[in-house]
Amino acid sequence: MISAEIAIKKITVLDRVLLLITGLLAGYQVGFGIEGLATLPVISYTIAFGVLLVAGLLIIIMGFEILDESSVAIISTLIPLGMSLGLVAECLTEWSSGYLVFVILGFVSVLLTRLFMPKKVGVIVLALVHAVSGMIIFLLPVTLGFMGQATRGFALVGVGGALMGVGGLLLSFLKSGRPLLSRNIILTILPGLLLTMTILFILGFSIR
Amino acid sequence: MSILKTRLRTLKEKYWPLIKSLQTGLLILTGLAGFMSARCPMDSWQMMLALIASLFFSISGSTILNMWYDRDIDARMKRTCTRPLPSGKVSPRNALVLGLIISGIGVGIALLMNLWFGVVIFAGLFFDVVVYTIWLKRRTHWSIIWGGISGGMPILAGRVLGLGHFDWIGIALALAILFWIPTHILTFNIRRSEDYASAGIPTFPARFGKKATRKIIAFSSIIAALAMGVAAYGIGMTIGYLRIMIVLSSGLLLLAVSGMIHSNERINFGLFKYASLYMLSSMLLVMAEGI
Repeated sequence: MISAEIAIKKITVLDRVLLLITGLLAGYQVGFGIEGLATLPVISYTIAFGVLLVAGLLIIIMGFEILDESSVAIISTLIPLGMSLGLVAECLTEWSSGYLVFVILGFVSVLLTRLFMPKKVGVIVLALVHAVSGMIIFLLPVTLGFMGQATRGFALVGVGGALMGVGGLLLSFLKSGRPLLSRNIILTILPGLLLTMTILFILGFSIR
Repeated sequence: MSILKTRLRTLKEKYWPLIKSLQTGLLILTGLAGFMSARCPMDSWQMMLALIASLFFSISGSTILNMWYDRDIDARMKRTCTRPLPSGKVSPRNALVLGLIISGIGVGIALLMNLWFGVVIFAGLFFDVVVYTIWLKRRTHWSIIWGGISGGMPILAGRVLGLGHFDWIGIALALAILFWIPTHILTFNIRRSEDYASAGIPTFPARFGKKATRKIIAFSSIIAALAMGVAAYGIGMTIGYLRIMIVLSSGLLLLAVSGMIHSNERINFGLFKYASLYMLSSMLLVMAEGI
C-alpha cells in the first residue's frame, strides 16, 4: 500500500538537478574535502558521503520508487553512522574505539533485525541507532563551535545533522504508515533537503 | 545562402543519425581517457585535435558500415526501422561509399600519427565491421564478445598513442570497456527480445533465458568495475580520485549483487544505466587525473 503510494510522485527534472548537485558535492567531499585527516575519519566520512553520492545517483536513475526497496533503510543508516564516527574519531579521539564498536554493532543490529525480525523490532532498533548517531552529529559540532574548540562555522555540520534527522524522521514515519506530511510533499522536499544538508556539511567541514 | 542552409540541414537530418552520435561521443571520450591516462596533458592542441579526428572518423565510419550491412535486419526491428537506410532516406550505395571514405580517413590519420596507434584503430574497425557485424552477429550469441573487444579498442589506442607502446594498464582499461559493453547490448537484447527474434539474431536471452542473462549482466558489471579499479591503481591515480572511484564502484557492485539475488527488470535496467554513468564518470576521473 505504502509502496504504491510512494510511487505516485514521479521524479522531475528539478529533482534530478538538485540530486545531481548533491551527488557532485558529496563526490567532491569524498575526493578532496577530507584530505589530511587520520585513517578512521577518512574511512568514515568516505562511507557517509559515498552513500550520499550513490543514493543521489540511484534516485536520479531509478526514481523515488527505489525508496521502496527494503535494503535502502539498511544502507542509508551508513550515512549518520559514518558521519558520527568520523566526528568522534576526529574530535573525541579517546572515545573513537568505543564508538566504533557501537557503530559496528548498530549496523549489524539494523541489518539483522530488518532481515529476520518482526517489523516493529526493526523500526525500534533503527530509531535507536539513528537517534544516537543523529545526536552526535547535531551536538558535537555545535558544542565544539560554541566552546571555542572549533570555529563557529563548524556548527553548520550540526545544522546539517539536524536536517538529516528531519529527513530521516519524515521517511521513517512515512514507511511506518503514519506520515507526518503527505507522501508527495515529503518526496517533493526531499531533494532540496538532501542538497541543503550536504551544503551545510561541506561548508561546516571546510571552515572547522 | 538559404539553399546552402537547406542542404546542410538535409545532410544533417539524413546522415547524422548514421553515426549514433551518443555512442560515438562516449567511445571518443574513452580514447581521450586512454591517452590522458598515460599522463599526456593537453599541451599540444594539434595532437588532441588529430586524436579526436581519427577517433571520430574511424568510429563513425565503422558505425556507418555496420548500418549499411545491417539495413535488412534493421528494417525488421521496431527500434531501428526508422534509421536512414531502412527508411530509404539514404541509399545503400551512398552509405557504403561514405562509410569507406570516413573509415579510411580515420585510419589514415591514425597511421600518420603513430604506427601502433593506427594498427589498434584499424583492428577496432576490423573487429567491429568484419568479425562482429558481417561474420558473427547473425550466427552466434557469442558475437557480443567481439563487439566488446572492438569497443575496447579506442581506449587501448589512446593509451598506446600516449605511451608509444602497449602495457598491461591499457589492456585492463580495454577489458573494463569489454565487460561494460555486454551490460548495454544484453539489456537491449532483453528489452527488445521480440525485435531480435523477428530479425533472426541469436541472443543470450533467447538461448539462456532472461533470468540467466540478467545474472550475466551483473557478473559482467562486476568484472568491468574490477578491471577499472585495477587500471586506476596501475595509472597511479591519486588517493582522492581513487576514493571517488571506490565509492562509485561500490555502488555498481551493490546493484550488480542485488541484480544477481533479486533478478528483475527494474534492477537490471537501473544497473544498465548506472553502469553507463559509472563508465562515463570513470573516464572523466582518468582524464581529470591526467590534466
